[in-house]
Amino acid sequence: MNFGATEKDIIFRKLKDRLIELEVMHLLEIVDLSVGIGNKQVLKNFNLKIGQGETHALFGPNGTGKTTLLNVIAGIPRYTVESGQIVFKGEDITHMSMDERARLGIGMAFQRPPAIRGLRLKDLIKIINPKADAQEILKRMDFTAFAERDVNRGFSGGEVKRSEMVQLLAQQPDFVMLDEPDSGVDLENIKLIGEAINTLTQKDLRPSARTKSGIIITHFGHILEYMKADRAHVMLNGSIVCSGNPAEILGQIKKSGYEGCAACLCPA
Amino acid sequence: MSMSGIEEKARLAREKKALYGTDVDMQSYESEAKPQSVVENAEDLPSVVKKAALDVGVKLDGESSGEYVQMDQTPVVAKSLYEGVEIMDIASALKKYDGLADYWWKLVAPDADKYTADVAAAPPAGYFIRAKKGMKTVFPVKSCLYLGSTNLNQRVHNIIIAEEGSELHVITGCTTPAHVQRGLHVGVSEFFIQKDAKVSFTMVHSWSKEVEVRPRTGITIAEGGSLSNNYILLRPVKTIQTFPTATLAGRGAVASFNTVIYSTMGNIDVGSNVNLNAPETSAESISRVVSVGGEVIARGRMTGRVPGARAHLECVGLLLSDKGRIYSIPELDGQSRDLDMSHEAAVGRISEEELEYLMSRGLNSEEATSVIVRGFLDVEIKGLPEDLKQEIKNITQREDLKGS
Repeated sequence: MNFGATEKDIIFRKLKDRLIELEVMHLLEIVDLSVGIGNKQVLKNFNLKIGQGETHALFGPNGTGKTTLLNVIAGIPRYTVESGQIVFKGEDITHMSMDERARLGIGMAFQRPPAIRGLRLKDLIKIINPKADAQEILKRMDFTAFAERDVNRGFSGGEVKRSEMVQLLAQQPDFVMLDEPDSGVDLENIKLIGEAINTLTQKDLRPSARTKSGIIITHFGHILEYMKADRAHVMLNGSIVCSGNPAEILGQIKKSGYEGCAACLCPA
Repeated sequence: MSMSGIEEKARLAREKKALYGTDVDMQSYESEAKPQSVVENAEDLPSVVKKAALDVGVKLDGESSGEYVQMDQTPVVAKSLYEGVEIMDIASALKKYDGLADYWWKLVAPDADKYTADVAAAPPAGYFIRAKKGMKTVFPVKSCLYLGSTNLNQRVHNIIIAEEGSELHVITGCTTPAHVQRGLHVGVSEFFIQKDAKVSFTMVHSWSKEVEVRPRTGITIAEGGSLSNNYILLRPVKTIQTFPTATLAGRGAVASFNTVIYSTMGNIDVGSNVNLNAPETSAESISRVVSVGGEVIARGRMTGRVPGARAHLECVGLLLSDKGRIYSIPELDGQSRDLDMSHEAAVGRISEEELEYLMSRGLNSEEATSVIVRGFLDVEIKGLPEDLKQEIKNITQREDLKGS
């Protein structure tokens, strides 16, 4: 009998959780990551640490590599990792497949997800998590009317974002990545989405009790009025150039632009 | 055409090859079948037959407007369970209605090819279904054509008449049990949809690896009549070739063809042919083909002959293996001004983006592929009763339909 391996696994996992708790280890750690797509380098010696229970916001102009970063963490195969490492829960996931990463606890709300013909949203919820209360989740996102619809098919921009949140609420990842969850969303629904992000990142718990983390890409930061972000970063040309308090950084970007913000708050 | 006229035509066409499909060696099949025992109700049939019927969506539980089951060449059950529908085996109908002079071989020619000729030369077996004037069925008529003997040439000739203002739903399952190694099924069907009648006809095929199939179907739709024709083939077959032809003969007649194919082997040549011969007629043909092996030829032909006719063809194929072939042939033939005819054809692979999307939710590549394949095969069919819709969904959403 070989129950020893399982037991060892459990002890190992507990140890890792403890290390994360003690902040000796971060939930997600990206070390000197360089990534290319085709001949173009899109991330250069990129470094980022996200602790357990933390939610980070990511700002930066179009084409600076924000979506690429999220896609690479998710494991979308069309990117080439040239060097560096992605460590999640103490495990090197740099070359792990997408579904393994998802099962390890990484979830993503896509900016422009595809439509899937013939797959009803309520069926996808059950596939993602057979134990999820589909009705409750759909109701919460005011999305019950879309339960029988094909996933994302003929959805408006804002509806797509709610569809993504519905799926993530079913998936309950430990680390949630949100790629512009507020673009194209009307005011009422921005609030719904912000609240759902708070749930996914356990903002209802006291900070020390939170175990789930997240990262959000947003252009206008409007959604930050409805959700809590602990830290923010400015990305330029494939690297983080400035980090700090989300409100402060957003204020500075609005005042002096991305480069101006970096120059002012984080002079080299 | 007199009976002797039919026989004469059939005799002359005995060697006439069909326009499409591989040529079947008729001589290699037995034309004499052992008679099977007739039963009072479909529920009394051998369990192997009921099970096979269930597998092609035909639940023989008495919850229907009528039942017809043919085992080899014997009609073993033919009964109506609803006063609005008359159901008989075709030989009895020919007797009762004086040779069915207005219907028998009126939409399919006995000398169309060697298969029709073969059916014309054989003693008639098949169903006769008549929806009476103004009568609307709620439950479908269920029929099963069961080829249960190895090497048999099963010949069937069916007639459906939907009289003025009637509504009729028919599901036919054609199947062979696993023990039948080899066989041939040739079915002639003639459907008469009269003024303002509404018909749905759903056919599910499940054959085995050495069975050859040659259905021959002719349909006519009168003023205000409509047909929803659904064909589903998801199991292996050696060869099949069918090209049902519908003629929209009266003003405002409507036909819609839905075809769902999952191919693993063999040679499958299917499609539909619609003639839009009257004003304000419209036709739609949608086919979805998944191939992980075998050759599929998906045909669609629409001919518009009068102003105002509208036709749309859609052939979409997912080719998931180098061993497969999908050959999509959409044809539009406009022969008048003011027509509106269009088609859309695509053959391709599963989108990477869709795969990755599902994988990001934790499905592995195989699971994601089969979710996408099943979604692709889930064609939305309008105008069917809810339980038939569910039956079709159950069949097309089986777990074993995968990407490889």
